[in-house]
Amino acid sequence: MNKLKNFTKGFIQENPVFVLFLGLCPVLGVTTSAINGMGMGLATTFVLLMSNIVVSTVKNFIPDKVRIPAFIVIIASFVTIVELTMQAYVPALFEALGLFIPLIVVNCIVLGRAEAFASKNTLLSSAIDGFGMGLGFTLALVMLGGIREILGSGSIFGYKFIEGDGMLIFILAPGAFIVLGYLIMLMQKLKSKSA
Amino acid sequence: MEFIIIIISAIFVNNIVLTKFLGICPFIGVSSKVETAAGMSGAVMFVMVIATLVTYLIQTYILVPLGIVFMQTISFILVIAFLVQLVEIILKKVSPTLFQALGIFLPLITTNCAVLGVAILTMQNDYNLLEGVVFAAASALGFGLSLVIFSSIREHLDLVDIPKAMKGVPIAFIVAGLLAMAFMGFAGIV
Repeated sequence: MNKLKNFTKGFIQENPVFVLFLGLCPVLGVTTSAINGMGMGLATTFVLLMSNIVVSTVKNFIPDKVRIPAFIVIIASFVTIVELTMQAYVPALFEALGLFIPLIVVNCIVLGRAEAFASKNTLLSSAIDGFGMGLGFTLALVMLGGIREILGSGSIFGYKFIEGDGMLIFILAPGAFIVLGYLIMLMQKLKSKSA
Repeated sequence: MEFIIIIISAIFVNNIVLTKFLGICPFIGVSSKVETAAGMSGAVMFVMVIATLVTYLIQTYILVPLGIVFMQTISFILVIAFLVQLVEIILKKVSPTLFQALGIFLPLITTNCAVLGVAILTMQNDYNLLEGVVFAAASALGFGLSLVIFSSIREHLDLVDIPKAMKGVPIAFIVAGLLAMAFMGFAGIV
């Protein structure tokens, strides 16, 4: 039961994007379509999962004072793996996500989970935490990307259902801020009701 | 002339916060007071310029000759982490009040994607050393500009009567959206 709770807390209650406000740069930057959001979300999930596993494995060998640089090196290694893999197998997605793939390394949520959770917990629960948080992050990105794609270009996952262009503003920068603002508002509304 | 284009483009047209979405965490996090926003911008500017300078040298004289450009992400982030530590130590000695005010956000510059982002963008745009430094300084100015504008709006927002669920972060995002819209007006001037 506890493990299940640990896994699902990232979805709604502690959703990294809507509740913790962590890792917002890629959230806004890549979500011009649902599929981009999903690609970014899954890449981040992989890095989160692997870095949580490694950090919780080596936590006893790393001196406390240098733990942050050590964590960053671990994270950066996995980001490099993701970067090279995506460049080789999904070049189109790699192009679309661009700068934001190397920037996973500075995504506060990855370092945040390593520091706040994986460095204090067992291997298994750290892995579950990383995976759950990653999926929650992916969920948020797909939601935001989906909404922006529907409003902005009248399609979802590349499938077009209206003729012509949508409201272009939602694909452009301002749309990202505004849609995310309303989504967070919705979350706070729901939370205040259930509390 | 080229420098003027780089400067105007980095501050207004391709503002790193409002059009490139870099450095959103401090943008939302430290922007509730103008003073902290200005302090944060200063710290970011310092780190950003030095980081770009050092990463440029590392890229040109170590990574490229050795053919290990794939180590870019790892080496850059380490340099930035080191520099942030340095700024922290200096600030603690020179201006303890500013150090107190910036609090948790100073170490967070390490994970400020704007710093790493600008360093990588400098490489991608094939700038030379001087252009890279100018680009970094202008980007930091753009960051500071949007942060200061945004924080002065947010100071007023505290007094406004809005629905409870909108308070705090949601309304901040919507304001940021409007600000981004305003900055879109600069598109096309260079």
